[in-house]
Amino acid sequence: MTQSDAALLARTPLYDLCLELNARMTEFSGWEMPVQYRGISREHQAVRTAAGMFDISHMGKFRLTGKNVLEQIQRLVPSDLSRLQSGQAQYTVLLNPQAGIVDDLIFYYQGEDGEGNQRWVVIVNAATTQKDQVWMKSHLDLNQMEFQDCSRANTLIAVQGPEAARYLQSFVKEDLSTVKPFGHLEATVLQQPGFLARTGYTGEDGFEVMTAPETGRELWRSLLQAGVVPCGLGARDTLRLEAAMALYGQDIDDSTTPLEAGLGWLVHLDTKGDFIGRSILEKQKQDGVQRRLVGLQMQGRNIARHGYPVYADGKPVGEVTSGTQSPTLGIAIALAYVPTPLSKPDQALEVEIRGKLYPAVVVKRPFYRRAK
Amino acid sequence: MAFEYPDDLKYLDSHEYARLDGEIATIGITAFAVDQLGDIVFLELPEVGDAVEKGEKFGTVESVKAVEDLNSPVTGTVVECNTPLIDAPEQLADDPYGEGWLIKVRVDDPGELDDALSASEYQEQVEGG
Repeated sequence: MTQSDAALLARTPLYDLCLELNARMTEFSGWEMPVQYRGISREHQAVRTAAGMFDISHMGKFRLTGKNVLEQIQRLVPSDLSRLQSGQAQYTVLLNPQAGIVDDLIFYYQGEDGEGNQRWVVIVNAATTQKDQVWMKSHLDLNQMEFQDCSRANTLIAVQGPEAARYLQSFVKEDLSTVKPFGHLEATVLQQPGFLARTGYTGEDGFEVMTAPETGRELWRSLLQAGVVPCGLGARDTLRLEAAMALYGQDIDDSTTPLEAGLGWLVHLDTKGDFIGRSILEKQKQDGVQRRLVGLQMQGRNIARHGYPVYADGKPVGEVTSGTQSPTLGIAIALAYVPTPLSKPDQALEVEIRGKLYPAVVVKRPFYRRAK
Repeated sequence: MAFEYPDDLKYLDSHEYARLDGEIATIGITAFAVDQLGDIVFLELPEVGDAVEKGEKFGTVESVKAVEDLNSPVTGTVVECNTPLIDAPEQLADDPYGEGWLIKVRVDDPGELDDALSASEYQEQVEGG
């Protein structure tokens, strides 16, 4: 990255704290973000065995408030958000009319205020914050709700790993053991107001904590001093890929549907009414999808990467969307779209790497699942 | 950060080095390259008897995040490959100028390395003036 490029990039309120730790910075969707501190494998390992923390303040954060927010957002997603009680959250996708994924995101329901207004928090990908805002606003009745973009007004820190709750508890007043996975609450973080959720993007237990920037900086310093390992986007990518979590813009995008992407578990056709893209998903559910996003395990040392072609019987049949060497498993793993008849576990395929074909096998997702 | 750049080596700005001993050049990547790459997880090297050409790709090194070409500083024939390293590529980082060498090449023209970078020229290039 040249200095002139860097000057155009946005920085989070934790930028200088990351630099103090000798973070190696990279451009990520318009932001200058830490890609690694002391090494991707080391950071990855810290999250799998103890606790790591990520500055994810670049992610988009919206607050929706109004009397009929639920009714309106139900039209944007295939998941039945009416199932959510106050304090619960749902990972889901915004869909376009072709059932392509506009973005993947989490809706957090905070219940009603004293005047009967529903309060929702929405956290979306950094790269798609503007796009999502435009999309959502164009499909919501803004006369009936307040749509607040609080992306820049808050820091967001992910604390992830089997020891995450123990470390974070020292700085949070509320009892974290009462927060269930995908549960959330308005919490007191270092005597200041904050919002925290038991969510993450690593396949481990953990929390994401939203606060004002000053509190966020103090929390970062406190966690660091307590021994939580700072982690960059490099480890975030290997961790999420081992957990087979999709990366927007790579594994899923405007042209892939949730049924193709293996996100059928968040499509609730039976329990909810109409939503954008519903008719396409009904048809796909009935007829079956043409292609599916599968897990691949390479049979040798070669590493499949984003964009590499996938072959069956010597013919190109699909493409790798994400691939890496798995630090936990010590093997090369990948996600790829392949035709449905070739998508079952144990299916033998090949990946073209620098002009040669190397064997791969379809395996069940996720590649890594934490011990309960 | 300070890295070691041995004076008896010649360097390419693409971060490979060559140590010439008679007509045999030992080729590897520099400590700076190793640091930039991060955890090295994959190596692809040519076979003994393969021809390599100055400035052309002879192999691939991959870290968790990056895929980089390995470029040859010399033209000649591969006479030895550090094959144990292919099964343990992470060990390259421990000793890039010693045990972490990649290939040995019988060079067609030892004079070919005269215009490669010296240690101080390479250091200036990567660390800036």
